[in-house]
Amino acid sequence: MDIILAIILGLLFGFILQKVGAANPQKIIGMLRLHDFHLAKVILFAIGISNLVLFILLATGIIDSGHISVKASYVGVIVGGAIFGLGWAVSGFCPGTGLVAAGAGRKDALSFIAGGLLGAFAYMLMYASLKPSFLFNELGGKITLATTGNDKFAVLLPGIPAIVVAGLIAIIFMAIAWKLPDNEKT
Amino acid sequence: MKSFIFQKQWSWRASGIALGLAFLLAVALVKPIGVSTQFVILDGMAWDLVYNDLIVKDSSAKKGYSSSNVYLNKSGGKYAKNAATPINYSFIFVIAMIVGGFIADRLQSDKESKEAMVVPAIWQSKFGQSPGKRHMATFVGGVLVLIGARLAGGCTSGHMMSGMMQTSLSGYLFTIGTFAVAVPVAIYMYKGVE
Repeated sequence: MDIILAIILGLLFGFILQKVGAANPQKIIGMLRLHDFHLAKVILFAIGISNLVLFILLATGIIDSGHISVKASYVGVIVGGAIFGLGWAVSGFCPGTGLVAAGAGRKDALSFIAGGLLGAFAYMLMYASLKPSFLFNELGGKITLATTGNDKFAVLLPGIPAIVVAGLIAIIFMAIAWKLPDNEKT
Repeated sequence: MKSFIFQKQWSWRASGIALGLAFLLAVALVKPIGVSTQFVILDGMAWDLVYNDLIVKDSSAKKGYSSSNVYLNKSGGKYAKNAATPINYSFIFVIAMIVGGFIADRLQSDKESKEAMVVPAIWQSKFGQSPGKRHMATFVGGVLVLIGARLAGGCTSGHMMSGMMQTSLSGYLFTIGTFAVAVPVAIYMYKGVE
């Protein structure tokens, strides 16, 4: 059953990434150099709406809070993000969109994937020596802003109802998405 | 509906709703979407093929497998297990994503130029048409992206989208780190391009 879901959800996700323009380095670079806000609008709108609906479905019990999976916060998240950002700007691909772009026939995505496999391999070799460093100093651990109902994860704003936190974030994200200039060309 | 499937790119509103729904559906049915771990899993499979003792069955490990590589061995051998058993949810998901991109491209009525499928137009206008130069940049970019994603423990899918959707602090930290570097670098790299 899991494998069937993996196929259906993976196909859907890959199809959508291609259709929204995320697998096009032209659009990624356009967003990063603040020239073409199409993808920024898409991402902000997607996070806003999924954030709101997720917490509504969690509150009503339609989504099992056991499905929530929160990643830890530590120094390496920011440092890794920065290294990621450098590679993202240089290539115009991220791991998921690079794979989808390769499926869609982009040749430069193949060299990106080859580089990615080498980078991941290098990290596998480096991990043991990085582990004791400051990079893994905790910055809050597995924590969310809004209460998810899953006891495994700590909450930053436990006093405020989750739906209010998620709702406010959603409104802010969707408002920014709405306000950013729209240039649908290219 | 027909043009929705065949058009090159959706409007930002349709795109945002579709993308948001994909992330929601995944968490509702299985778990949040993540991609970059699977680069490690594929490396682990290849490495284990060459060097047979890399991953071994180990009943004392939480996940039933252990590895001499500390990274594959972490979290009770979670990565070791996934590399030893390729037919697992996360790996098949990522393979299906590639097929999803392929299908979307096949159905697309308005194709991009052949040149742009090797060297994007914006790259051409700054760095020329040489495919070699472009491949070099995407290769180096790929190395950096995956080192960064593994150090951070996730990428655009796992941290930025799935993470912020769940209001995870780590998603916000990752996004701040990413854009703080990506935006100035992209602006500088493409300075002077219209």
